[in-house]
Amino acid sequence: MTLLKASIVSLLLLIGSVVDDGVKVGDKAIDFNLKNIDGSMVSLNSNSDVKGYILVFTCNTCPYSVMYEDRIIALDKMYADKGYPVLAIQPNNTEKSPGDSFELMKQRADDKGFTFPYLIDDTQETTLAYGATNTPHVFVLDKQDDSSFEVAYIGAIDNNSRNAAAADKHYVQDAINSLLANSEVSTTKTKAIGCTIKWAN
Amino acid sequence: MRLRSKTLIKICVMMLLCAILFASCDSEENQRLEIVKFDALEEIMTRKSNKIEVINFWATWCAPCIKELPYFESINAEESNDYKVTLVSLDFADEFEKKVKGFVAKRGLKSDIILLDEIDYNSWIDKVDSTWSGAIPATLIINHNSGKRKFVEKELNEGELIQLINTVKN
Repeated sequence: MTLLKASIVSLLLLIGSVVDDGVKVGDKAIDFNLKNIDGSMVSLNSNSDVKGYILVFTCNTCPYSVMYEDRIIALDKMYADKGYPVLAIQPNNTEKSPGDSFELMKQRADDKGFTFPYLIDDTQETTLAYGATNTPHVFVLDKQDDSSFEVAYIGAIDNNSRNAAAADKHYVQDAINSLLANSEVSTTKTKAIGCTIKWAN
Repeated sequence: MRLRSKTLIKICVMMLLCAILFASCDSEENQRLEIVKFDALEEIMTRKSNKIEVINFWATWCAPCIKELPYFESINAEESNDYKVTLVSLDFADEFEKKVKGFVAKRGLKSDIILLDEIDYNSWIDKVDSTWSGAIPATLIINHNSGKRKFVEKELNEGELIQLINTVKN
């Protein structure tokens, strides 16, 4: 039994070290099955109509996430109908960050009128697998002919966290516009500025 | 008469020396507290100095950053004078007066503090360190003489900070 436990632990550690850096642009996106604030379970294949997703690791408590909330809602409104809806994942351990609890996620989504699923990554396995480091951290996913999803962009939403109107590089919009136009995404990676993810011990 | 003028010159020289000494003492005690652009940070990272450069990136809204500030303050207060501590605030420039200055006064921070007013992070962040994801707290230690530098992107405890400085110093 102990041996079995030990081998499971070492296997997990091994997986941990392999996926440590997370996914890269051009990689296949890793699927997940996470609980949404409405109680349903959501995975990449839950919605077969999409062309892709704007996957955003974000939370209630980070000032940067809060500054970007309206822009995340705007992205969903802008691109959901075109096939690229937002999927938000709350990556923080809720003991470390009580303000990000499932109940408070529901409340925040309600207060702000989120138009997209807001999932909780209880085990933080999805966050680790993607290699998300900060909130908000965006992964633009593009559906392939074989129904898998490819990572097309990783990084920030735009280049001005403080003032949306003053941003002059709109990384996520540019990436999706390129995908919609069947052209190459020009900027595929930026650094997502924000708060560190609060990991469980 | 001659003797007198010599004495006068001596006095003048003494006064001048005192003034220089006083001025240098004064500049040691004058805390830098201002909003800057990236070139100011670049100057700190590349200047000629015998002191070990200890640069910490923080913000008033970042709880783990605030937790580790006292360790940087105690490095800054070291009598050996071997270290130059700069706390680089990533707060927003329009909140400098209210949030940053208020915080500095309340906590009685003595280290140099510069607020880096560069919102387009992707234009400068790799120049600090290419491994930096953009999260804070983050700390950069530079030994200008040997060219050794070390960058870490995590909250440090006091022992870790001292260890980090020592690896760059020696």
